[in-house]
Amino acid sequence: MSDILAEGKTAGAAPTDGLAVLESQRSTAETFGIPLAVLAELTHRCPLQCPYCSNPIELDRGGSELTTEEWKKVLSELAEIGVLQIHFSGGEPTARKDLVELVQHATDVGLYSNLITSAVLLTKEKLSALADAGLCHVQISFQGNEPMVADRVAGLKNAHEKKIEAAKWTRELDLPLTVNAVMHRQNLHQLADIIQMAVDLDADRLEVANVQYYGWALKNRAALMPTIEQIDETSRIVEEAVVRLKGILAIDFVVPDYYALRPKKCMGGWGRQFFNISPAGKVLPCHAAESITGLEFESVRSNHSIAWIWQNSEAFNRYRGTGWMPEPCQSCEFKEVDFGGCRCQAFALTGDAGNTDPACTLSPMHEQIFKQAEREAAAHQDRFLYRNFAGGTLETEGEHGA
Amino acid sequence: MAASRNISVSEASRPKLPRHAKLKFDETRKVWVMLAPERVLAPDEIAVEVLQLCDGVRSVGDMADLLAAKYVAPREAILADVIGMLQDLADKGFLTEAREKTP
Repeated sequence: MSDILAEGKTAGAAPTDGLAVLESQRSTAETFGIPLAVLAELTHRCPLQCPYCSNPIELDRGGSELTTEEWKKVLSELAEIGVLQIHFSGGEPTARKDLVELVQHATDVGLYSNLITSAVLLTKEKLSALADAGLCHVQISFQGNEPMVADRVAGLKNAHEKKIEAAKWTRELDLPLTVNAVMHRQNLHQLADIIQMAVDLDADRLEVANVQYYGWALKNRAALMPTIEQIDETSRIVEEAVVRLKGILAIDFVVPDYYALRPKKCMGGWGRQFFNISPAGKVLPCHAAESITGLEFESVRSNHSIAWIWQNSEAFNRYRGTGWMPEPCQSCEFKEVDFGGCRCQAFALTGDAGNTDPACTLSPMHEQIFKQAEREAAAHQDRFLYRNFAGGTLETEGEHGA
Repeated sequence: MAASRNISVSEASRPKLPRHAKLKFDETRKVWVMLAPERVLAPDEIAVEVLQLCDGVRSVGDMADLLAAKYVAPREAILADVIGMLQDLADKGFLTEAREKTP
């Protein structure tokens, strides 16, 4: 989910990656053009309790959420300044009673809309109304390929069964379906079956997204961190499936950066091609950015326009480009390849968002942190801390969070 | 099922854009774009022209006729180019074929 419009997703011979083409036409001063796609986190409310949730630990309460009229104004403004796609996400976006109205408004102002959902609150009628309102694409998260593992991870009984049902409705309505499978130590053994499940559900795309470790996932790292053997096996399975399923199922693979040599180009670079809007209306460089203390984020409720916030706010400019970088990044030949990795991860693991992402082998913290992760993976402490508004609830023996 | 989407573009195909692939002129950037799930593609001028012909009625052969006449170019070469481009889009799921509705 974090690699929206990641570069390298090209469409071959004739049409090329939009961002690359559009950016190549810009002068340096215009490098930070308005993103092509924006993530709208409508709410942090969610019936699931996944221990790797990408929402911040400090969740926005229902009462602080933008109103229907405020979201509509945001959508109009986004379309006006050149945003082309809107991803409705959360929390669980279908927990908002006004979702159909918001999708319709997105359509009316010319935005291509995508629903990123757990699907457990959907009914066929609701999905049909969303399709009629112009919804272009549905992305459903899966926690496994069968209820035993999947419902335990989700912390919700019968969740898997409901997801399968909703996925079928999606295809019956002729909406394209992406299966989003978040992978970690306790479900990686199901990867081959999850790929087959996506084919059987007639999905167009499968995102095999390894957990990224900040926020809730960092709290659950000992329970989620894969072993190096699992990662090798994962790459082998994905590579084989990509070839075998060409033209049937497109597979995007988000590699776990803990076991990589170089950090990921997080968000395509801070403030470079992505922003999201939190339930309460904060404009953020990434959905985990609020975990970085000491950064002030502007709100759509302020008297600034969204374009102004994107271009001028302190939070976006702090880690933009390469000027802010310390060594070893500053003199590194890869500094414009990965833009120093992930700021949230640097903050979470080193206490300073301005440090080199420890995922990079050149970081002085790398050895210490990633040896610890390997030890955690080997220790097999499998108990989850479920995500909720109460700061998390530990899984109890014999009964999952459902 | 999924396998039916694995279409092979030929001269007789009557391709069209599926509902999740939208061709649009981007007023802000002054370029044509194709919007697809999680992607924005920037088709070049020729690709835009071909995509605009993909209405589910015209065959790829018809398109080659039109373009060969318009550009006074050898039909065979154009046909090969068009098929190549459309097959690439089809492989990525951004192109579908007009087909009979099954009850």
